[in-house]
Amino acid sequence: MPENRTDSVPAGDLTSPAGPGAAARTAPPETPEAPETSAPAGSPGSVAPAAAPRTGDKTGAGRTGDGKTGGGRARAGGASRIGGGAPGRRARPRPLRQRLLRDWQLLLMTVPAVGLLAVFHYIPMLGNVIAFQDYSPHVGITDSPWIGLTNFQWLLTDQSFWDATLNTLTITAFQLVFYFPIPIFLAILLDSVMSPRIRLFVQSIVYMPHFFSWVLVVTLFQQILGGAGLISQMLRNNGYDGIDIMTNPDTFLLLVTAESVWKDAGWGTIIFLAALAAISPNLYEAAAVDGANRWRRMWHITLPGLRPVIVLLLILRLGDALNVGFEQFFLQRDAVGREAAEVLDTFIFWRTLVTGEWSYGAAAGLVKGVVGLVLILVANKVAHRFGEQGIYKRS
Amino acid sequence: MSTRPVWEERPSLPGRLTKGLTLSLIALIVLFPIYIVVLTSLSPADAVNEAGGLVVVPDGFSLAAYRELFSGGVVTQSVLVSLGVTAVGTVVSLVCTVLAAYGLSRPGSMLHRPLLFMILLTFLFTPGMIPSYLLVKSLGLIDSYWSLILPGAINAFNLVVMRAFFMNIPEEVPDSARIDGASEFRILTRIVLPMSKGVIAVIGLFYAVGYWNAFFNAILYLNDNAKWPLQLVMRQYVQQGQSLTLSSAVDTSSAGALPPNLAIQMAIVVLALLPVLFVYPFVQRHFTKGVIIGAVKG
Repeated sequence: MPENRTDSVPAGDLTSPAGPGAAARTAPPETPEAPETSAPAGSPGSVAPAAAPRTGDKTGAGRTGDGKTGGGRARAGGASRIGGGAPGRRARPRPLRQRLLRDWQLLLMTVPAVGLLAVFHYIPMLGNVIAFQDYSPHVGITDSPWIGLTNFQWLLTDQSFWDATLNTLTITAFQLVFYFPIPIFLAILLDSVMSPRIRLFVQSIVYMPHFFSWVLVVTLFQQILGGAGLISQMLRNNGYDGIDIMTNPDTFLLLVTAESVWKDAGWGTIIFLAALAAISPNLYEAAAVDGANRWRRMWHITLPGLRPVIVLLLILRLGDALNVGFEQFFLQRDAVGREAAEVLDTFIFWRTLVTGEWSYGAAAGLVKGVVGLVLILVANKVAHRFGEQGIYKRS
Repeated sequence: MSTRPVWEERPSLPGRLTKGLTLSLIALIVLFPIYIVVLTSLSPADAVNEAGGLVVVPDGFSLAAYRELFSGGVVTQSVLVSLGVTAVGTVVSLVCTVLAAYGLSRPGSMLHRPLLFMILLTFLFTPGMIPSYLLVKSLGLIDSYWSLILPGAINAFNLVVMRAFFMNIPEEVPDSARIDGASEFRILTRIVLPMSKGVIAVIGLFYAVGYWNAFFNAILYLNDNAKWPLQLVMRQYVQQGQSLTLSSAVDTSSAGALPPNLAIQMAIVVLALLPVLFVYPFVQRHFTKGVIIGAVKG
């Protein structure tokens, strides 16, 4: 196999519009990117070229298995990039027929996924037109009468819609304060554990609840905190009255946040741990040599290193402000009561599928979707304003 | 990595103690509920009665609850449904995702930008519950198991992660095969997939867990409760404490007059936990390697 590869490299060069010199020139800065699959997000932009050779050497020496191929990749990487297709502006657009001849297999492969998304995402998006109709399932979309914005007018004067919106936003705000920082602290804590065995052990434990269903999580909480749960059971065995946290609307906010933390905070550390691993140890060493203690290093190196990821997740969460999840609230709505536990998704569900007001529910869903889209775009814009990368790059 | 660098000061004893205690406490908070559920499900009825509910200290051992669940009632049925939907759904999702991720992974290939944009847009704007329901209904999929699989078969996030992983494979590898005349499908199955076992395992786990835990689609699209997957049965019988009318297993008592048996309830919870606990350790070690890189880069 290696012999084959070295043969194919000159072949690639022959077809390339730019000479091999160009390839060689572009190769070095890319070297750390290509083999550095274990370090996400690369190194911070400005220091990249200076740090590049060193990082490259280190990974090459560290990974004995990949070391063999790693050496050749530096040269071959640049060359094949040119032969292999048309990246960036160096590419000359080929005629359509030629591209189709080359890529038809790749296109064919995307058909099942694109087809499924088209049918189950894009057609329902069009189906949102029933929000402007007085839709009746017996007549169908084509024959239902159009009533313009009437549904939306109703919606805006509907107290229960505003209650649900308020609940949703309250839960988002509460979780932003009491849930969001926990994975960051947990990640820093885990990262500070020296022994890899202990760290992996704790990691695999805290990741696990992410894979449990909400029914399971709510059931587990009910078994501990509910009226017939462990805490009540112990209180009663000792002569006190039992308490039922699962049906108390006043503590519902705390309860759902605790459930979310139990289920997902551990999993949430993954992305922060990756960002922590990408911070160069040299920075810590230099700071330590300059006399910065543990806390100062955390403040001046660790937290700034995490900042892009924190901002990104904050944007995603803010853009998702109207989405607090359906299942968790659906499952507890009956026990706690509508006043505390009705969120937008459960509102839509009950108004439509239970009472049959299709158009009304679709209108509520459309409002939620559009507002959510606007929120995420705005949040991203704000991030760009502050010089962060955001979800998508400015282009 | 495991050794402390020379420049780093040794942590103080109270510091180390606090850290150790915090980590133990976190692990305990996660594991304790699972422990008592498993223990209660395996305890004989006397032990449950004596404890007045959940069993915290082991006291005897009995498989009676499980024997009753698997005597062919509604729970047996729902476990089979969940297993079937999970198996078929994971295969469908994984095949479609791998194909599309590979199809879009070659830089500069035809139409890859608009197609990728179309896939990513499903991130930003979800179609809404009601139109989705109406579509599934008009396709005649209500009460069909396909309604649990097809609407959510493609997860844009998983697709993007997998694509990012494929793009990390050095391009000369598939290129050399192309020059040798291999078809794209052959390159995918013979070269790219064997190099991507980790990411396939992780994405496969994501999909499988999604299907196993599926609740929303089932409650939306399945009216016939004889077809319910395990999660719905668990909700009705365990969370809401209703008796299972269809069950030959639980119904042996006089027509649902007795409150649901706690050991049986906990056994259902364990059934829902078990596949996750079982598969998780095998896939878990790939998390850090495979997925994060894609997540952060993609």
